Order: sequence, then structure tokens, then C-alpha cells
Amino acid sequence: MTLSGKFSSTALGLIAALSMSSAATSEELTIATVNNGDMIRMQGLTEDFTEKTGHTVEWVTLEENVLRQRVTTDISTKGGAFDLMTIGMYETPIWAKNGWLVPLDDLSDEYNADDILPAMANGLSYDGTLYAAPFYGESSMIMYRTDLMEKAGLTMPEAPTWDFIKEAAIAMTDRDNEINGICLRGKAGWGEGGAFITAMSNSFGARWFDENWKPQFDTQPWADTLNFYVDLMNEAGPPGYATNGFNENLSLFQQGKCGMWIDATVAASFVTNPNDSTVADKVGFALAPDNGLGKRSNWLWAWALAIPAGTEKEAAAKEFIEWATGTSYIELVAEKEGWANVPPGARTSLYENPNYQSVPFAKMTLDSILSADPNNPTVDPVPYVGIQFAAIPEFAGIATEVSQEFSAVYAGQQTVEEALEKAQALTTDAMEAAGY
Amino acid sequence: MARTVTTNRKLINTLIAWTIGLLIFFPILWTILTSFKTEAQAISDPPVFLFFDWTLENYAVVQERSNYMRFLWNSIIIAGGSTVLGLIIAVPAAWSMAFVPSKRTKDILLWMLSTKMLPAVGVLYPIYLIFIQLGILDTRAGLVIVLMLINLPIIVWMLYTYFKEIPGEILEAARMDGASLKDEILYVLTPMAVPGIASTLLLNFILAWNEAFWTLNLTAAKAAPLTAFIASYSSPEGLFYAKLSAASTMAIAPILVLGWFSQKQLVRGLTFGAVK
Amino acid sequence: MATQQSRSAARLMMAPAVILLLGWMLVPLIMTLWFSFRVYLPMRGGDQGWAGLDNYIRFVSSSSFWPSIQVTLIIVGGVLAITIVFGIMLALLLDQPMWGQGIVRILVIAPFFVMPTVSALVWKNIFMDPVNGLFAHLWKFFGATPVEWLSQASLQSIIMIVSWQWLPFATLILLTAVQSLDSEQMEAAEMDGAPVHKRFWFLTLPHLGRAITIVVLIQTIFLLSIFAEIFVTTGGAFGTRTLTYLIFQRVLESQNVGLGSAGGVYAIILANIVAIFLMRIVGKNLDK
Repeated sequence: MTLSGKFSSTALGLIAALSMSSAATSEELTIATVNNGDMIRMQGLTEDFTEKTGHTVEWVTLEENVLRQRVTTDISTKGGAFDLMTIGMYETPIWAKNGWLVPLDDLSDEYNADDILPAMANGLSYDGTLYAAPFYGESSMIMYRTDLMEKAGLTMPEAPTWDFIKEAAIAMTDRDNEINGICLRGKAGWGEGGAFITAMSNSFGARWFDENWKPQFDTQPWADTLNFYVDLMNEAGPPGYATNGFNENLSLFQQGKCGMWIDATVAASFVTNPNDSTVADKVGFALAPDNGLGKRSNWLWAWALAIPAGTEKEAAAKEFIEWATGTSYIELVAEKEGWANVPPGARTSLYENPNYQSVPFAKMTLDSILSADPNNPTVDPVPYVGIQFAAIPEFAGIATEVSQEFSAVYAGQQTVEEALEKAQALTTDAMEAAGY
Repeated sequence: MARTVTTNRKLINTLIAWTIGLLIFFPILWTILTSFKTEAQAISDPPVFLFFDWTLENYAVVQERSNYMRFLWNSIIIAGGSTVLGLIIAVPAAWSMAFVPSKRTKDILLWMLSTKMLPAVGVLYPIYLIFIQLGILDTRAGLVIVLMLINLPIIVWMLYTYFKEIPGEILEAARMDGASLKDEILYVLTPMAVPGIASTLLLNFILAWNEAFWTLNLTAAKAAPLTAFIASYSSPEGLFYAKLSAASTMAIAPILVLGWFSQKQLVRGLTFGAVK
Repeated sequence: MATQQSRSAARLMMAPAVILLLGWMLVPLIMTLWFSFRVYLPMRGGDQGWAGLDNYIRFVSSSSFWPSIQVTLIIVGGVLAITIVFGIMLALLLDQPMWGQGIVRILVIAPFFVMPTVSALVWKNIFMDPVNGLFAHLWKFFGATPVEWLSQASLQSIIMIVSWQWLPFATLILLTAVQSLDSEQMEAAEMDGAPVHKRFWFLTLPHLGRAITIVVLIQTIFLLSIFAEIFVTTGGAFGTRTLTYLIFQRVLESQNVGLGSAGGVYAIILANIVAIFLMRIVGKNLDK
């Protein structure tokens, strides 16, 4: 867009805003969001929303951990500092149950809420009512270097097993040239390494709690999971993997230092973007691995927009939700940045769109999302909902401490047995405190 | 024998001092340099020191993403406001402690300092609830009050130590000449204590500027200072060293410059009564 | 001498500061005490009733409690030791005649102006990252395996970062003290043939006693509550969980305000124990 074009569209927007303000009041919305690439892009396109509705937006963009701490404090004290909050699948059902969120059951026909992928709508609903609208959704999958795989003389199956992953990782590793066969999250935090190891443990037949909410870290599947992970990473992982999270691994992969990376499906658009990635044209995709037990190690997550109950700007907030998570926003991004950069994983129609079907990672993303079942995440039955988390209020705190014990194993500070013993003890203690 | 310093000795001193000084300063220098590199150069191995294609791109990106001036302005108002308010409240208190001491003066001083040891995170919920009740959440006024209270003990302590060094006889003399209490403080005491007050002001401005817990947790969009600005750059997706460096440089540059210009005042007064 | 009138005037002038700080201390303290006896779980709908001493017992009986006290003391002690030892050395050095003293002083005090969050971010990413960090490049250049700072030497790394931030403060206060050293006395000792280390030990160090006390006092107050440096770098993992951080985890991560408040009360007790120690020393030193 030329400068004058931009100017005139701004002027038009201004006129539209003025004419609108006589009819409907124009509001200023304060929106808390996470500093992920897709949200930053949305921030840059705010002008379009203002032009269309007359409402203005104040962004509070924070790093994920700070954001969680900030919005949780605000919502549980009914502080009212934000009109919209960016939250995930973990928070939504818990907050909705407490009556903290405005139900999103009256969005316009034009918005077409039925178009939201059922897996996402499911995870963002409580008692059958949608409480948060997905901005983008993700599962996890394998991203691998096709060139290195070929060099190792191997072919990646569409749905590999963990044993194959280990074999391939070791074959691809070339430490002298700083190529690590596999990069995986090891960073402490329930949403970082905790999420990965929990999803992985599902494929090993492990679970967090049995049907009576008794913690299960003293069972064999957990020991198997951790031992396999530690062996794999020590043989084929990057140095310092105990502190690597999503961002660290992303930048390693973009620099060509990873043979494989199992992580969020949204990363696919970053690793295939030639502006940021040195390996953009050499990336293949496959389903997250399994162990033949019937569960794969992929998770399900969505970043979604929710409205705190009690806000005075509910109507305007809903308008924003319809703008940001509707189909026209996807078209807007596609027009400006190309189809590969639209927020993925939220809408069925996106995956039916022929333009999007030609994006290399579209199919694998959808297959991964469809293969995740939060209501039935483990081999043995569990009392909770959620794949890489258990949707109970205590989980975030417990899982962060548990993952800190695991990270200490990755750093070589304690053994797998010690960590599991501590995890079992601290989880038991916290569950007792919560009255289970 | 007078202490003559040989040129040799001076040279060695200079060399050692400069090496250490540069070593201590290096992390800041490196951050500033990195902010002018591209993301690829920022992580290149071997690292490039000065000979790279200097670019302002990172600053442009950061500026496009966040309204730096507003964060900066909030930081200035909050740090400045809390410092000035703190001084207004602390000067009379420190005066009375220094010139009309009672048996309890020292206890009160130490008690004041001990209020600073309360772990902030433990009282986040109580304070947050109070802020909601008073309707001062995400306001600069609210933060000015909180930061003033946090730093008040330090201000009182610093002022007390300066005032104590002023000989009481001068005040006696002024009083004999018929100066009122107000005159005494305004025209006699304050001018004598200017270096001390200046240094108190500076130190507390710095402390308030850098306070990162309350300023982050009690603000949303309107009152958010630079500490909140930096929280949105801490770990974005992909390569980010150069952008992080640019944002960091923008966050610390104003206070660094202020500090350098006023370092004489700061240093002269920063004794906390350490020298008698 | 102070008259009755000036005494009451003095009280009046002290009143605002005292009342404000009393309020700032008491209101949150009373609320913390109240919460600490309640089952207060924001995620489960808030105040769930009386908890008795449960929160207090649970907080200390947790396996993280004693290690967190230990970590707190190690960090405070470590930073104090480093800043004072290097602070004295730097102060003595800066007191020597040299070229460009002003510039060197500016370089040395610069870290004090850097926000803790910024300093933690910069150290963590740009310097200590085991792959792309500058230290990793340096280690590789010398053919060594890069150190994984924040996992393998986590506590040392945090102590280093915090010391870097506080060294300027210690140096400045000690420098003022060094500059006020009686040079005639020094010269006399020099003429008597007292060797350098003896002069330092018997003249300089006693003279610095008061300044060291101040540094210990002020820094301890700030160091007991450091948070950003840990939050950004390790998130409390790898044995870096201080008492403050443990309370943060209880209050904000586990969303158990009652339990966290009980932890807050323990932290206040710890702070007071430290404070009493400090004040004994400071009180003695300040009365001299």
C-alpha cells in the first residue's frame, strides 16, 4: 500500500469512526495478549478493526508467564483492568466454571461459530457453551530436515514410532558441525517442558492421576518416559537442552542446528518462512511419534480471546472477537502476508480453502489436531480432561514444580528415580491441600 | 617525604582501572552494539564487534510495535512523582529525627527500614484488592503512591544522615535571629543540605525507575512504564537478540544518561552516613 | 536545647512519614495474617473458610521450604561477599591517581542504572545461552565445551548477575569512605615501614567498618526480595528457589493465597531475624 493510499484509508476510517460514533458509542478496549508472532501481527492490523467498528484498542502485550500471572490476578479479584484477555484451553473451562467469563453463545450468524474446528470449540467450552473464541489452534507434530534425513539414509514415515525417532536422531547427529539429531523442550514450566513430557508420557501409557486422583509418578510408564527422553537427548540433543523451551528450539531449528523438532504445529509457518529460517525449503512434517499403545504424543492447545464477566464494554469486546477470530481476518492476513502466515488451526473452512490446502504444512496440522482427543487422552482411564494438562485449578502450580524436578534430571543434577519420587511426593501433598 | 607518584605507577593504575572499568561496562556496551546488528549478526560465531552493517531496523521494529514514548513518559512521571512526594514527606521527618532526637529515634529509623523487607509478592492480592476498591488500578497516581511508600524509608534514612552532619549551632543561631521553624527549614537547612537532597533524589529516581514488580502487576495499558515495555520483548518467537537489545537499550538509555550527567552529585551524596 | 514546643513540632513533622509507613506496613500485614488462616483459593471461588494452622504447617513441611531458606541465605551472603570484597578493591583502585578517573568511574557505576529485568534478560540470552551466547562463543574459541550456565551453575550465575548490579553501589559508598581516610596517618605508617597488607588491615579496614556496615544493611534489604533475576533466568528451577520465589509459586502459580500468605508471614519472620542481627551490628557501628 502506498503512503497516500494508507493516508486516505485512515481518513476514511476516521470518517467512518465519526459517523459511527453518532450511532453506536465508540469504546476503547484494553486487550491483554501474549507476545507470540501471530498476536503481534494482529496488533499491527488493529487499524482495520478501528476502521470497521470505530472502537480503538489499547494493547497490553506480555511474555507468556507474565501474562498468565497478570490476567489471573485480575480475573480472580474482579479487577476489571482488561476488557479482553488472551487465554488458553487450560484456563477457559476453569474460569467459566467460576462464572468469570461472558458466554459467547450469541455471536452473529455472519461470524458462523459452527465453523470453529470441533476439537477447538470443545476445549474452549464449559457445559456445552463456548466461553473463548480461538485465535489460533495447535497440536504438535514432527518437523524434520529432509536433507539430513536423506543423508542419514532414512525415510520418515507419516506416523513414526519413538524407536524410529531415536534411530533417526542418532543417525542425524553430527556434533562437530553443531547438528543435533533432535531438539525437544526441557525447560521447566507447565506450559513448556511440562507440556511436552506430559504429552509424550501419554504415548508411553503413563497418566498424571488414576480415577481416584492418586498421582501416578511411581508407576513404570513414567520411568520409561523419562529414561527414554534423557537417553535420547543425551545422545542426540543440543547442549543445555534443560533450559530450552519453544523459542530456544525454534531459533536452533531456524539456524539449521536441529535434525528434528517435535513441537507446536504453528511453528511450521516460522520454520518455512525464508525471511527467518535458513532451512525454509528443507523441512518435512510427520505426526508426533507413538509406541503402538494407541495414543500419540501430540497435544492440543488454542490461544483464545475471552471477555471477563462484568466488563462494561461487552458489546464492543464481542465485536473485536468477531473481527479477530472470524474468517475476514484470515483473508486480511492472507492478502497482506500470504496464506502461510494466517492464524492456523481454528476454523474448518480454512482447511477446505484450496488456497490454504497448497500450504505444505496444512494437512499435517489438521491431521495432528484431529488425532488429539482431550476427553480421552491416555491409554488408561483418567478423571481429567486435557492432553498435556489436567484441567483442574491446581495443575499449573503442581506441574511447574514437577517439571522443575524433571529439568534438574536433564541438567544432570539428579536421577530419574529421585525426580519421580519427589514429583510423587509434592503432587500428593498439593492434591491433599486442595482437598482431593 | 611527600607522596610522589611516579608516572610509571600512574600508568599501571590507569591500565588496570580502565581494564576493569571496561570489563564491568562490557555487558551494556555489547547490548548497545547488538541493537544495531541484524538478527543473524547478533548470534554469529565468531561474534562481530564493531565491523558489521550498522542498522536501525531493530529500533524501527520496536517502535512500530509499541508506543515507546508513552511508556517512557509514564516511567518519568511515576519515578519523578514518587521521588518528589517522598521528599516532601521525608524532609520534615528527617529534620525532626536529626535535630530533636528522642530515645526512640534510632528505633523508628530502623523500623522504617524493616518495612522494606516485606516480600512484595506475598501481599500482591491484598494490595491488588485495595487498589480495586480505591479505583486506582492502572493509574499513575496509584503507582506514585506505592513507589513512594516503598522508597520512603530509604529517603528518610539518607536525609537523616545528611542532616545530622549539619552542626546544630547554625540552627540555634538562626533561631536566635527570630527565624521560624519554616524559615529554618527552608532558608537555612535546605540550602546546606542541597548536595544530600540531590543525591537522595537521584538515587530514589533510579530505584523507582527500575522497580519491576509493582509497576508490572498494578498496571495494564494506561499507566504501564518501561518495565512493562520490556516484558513484551523477553522471549518472542524466533531470533530476537537484536530486537531484545534494542528494546533493552531504549529502556535503560534515559536513566543511564541521567545517571552519567549527574554522577558527581550522586557520588558526592551517596554516603548513607558511611563517613563521619 | 530542644524545648517542649519544638519537641511537639518535631513529632508533628514526623507524623506523616510514620503514619504512612505504619499504614503501608499494617494494612497488608493484617490482610496477610487474615488470609494465612483461611482456605483462600481464588481459582475455586475465593475464601473457603477457616484453615486454622494448616497453611503454616503445610508451608514448612513442604520439601521445598528449608532448601529455599538455604538458597536465600546463599544468594544474599554470596552477593554481599562479592560486592564488598571487589567493592573495596575497586574503591582503593579508584582512589589512586590515574588518567581518565571520571570516565572509569562512569563505566563502573553504569550497571546500577540497569533494570533488573533487562540485566537478567541480557545476561541470560546474550551472554549465558549455551549455544548462541557470547560466553559459548568464547569457550568454543578456546576449544572448551561451553558451560550451561543457568542449569549447571545456576546459583553461581544468579549470584554473578546480581553482584554485577550491586557492585557499583558498594563501590561508591566504599569509595567515599576511602577518600576520607586520613592520609597523614597513612604516610606515618608508611614511614614506619609498615607493609602494605598491614596498613590495609590495621588502618584502612577499620576505617571502612562503618561503610561496610551500611552496604551490608542496605543491600540485604534489597537482596532478600530479589525476584526478577530468578523469574527471568531459571524460573526457580535448578535449585534457585528462594523464599520469595517459593511464595510467588504458592500465590500465583498454585493460586493458593492462604498457603502463600502463611509463607509471607514466615518471610517476615526471617526478615526480622536478619534485621535484628543487622541492627545489632549497625546500631553499634552507628553509635560510634
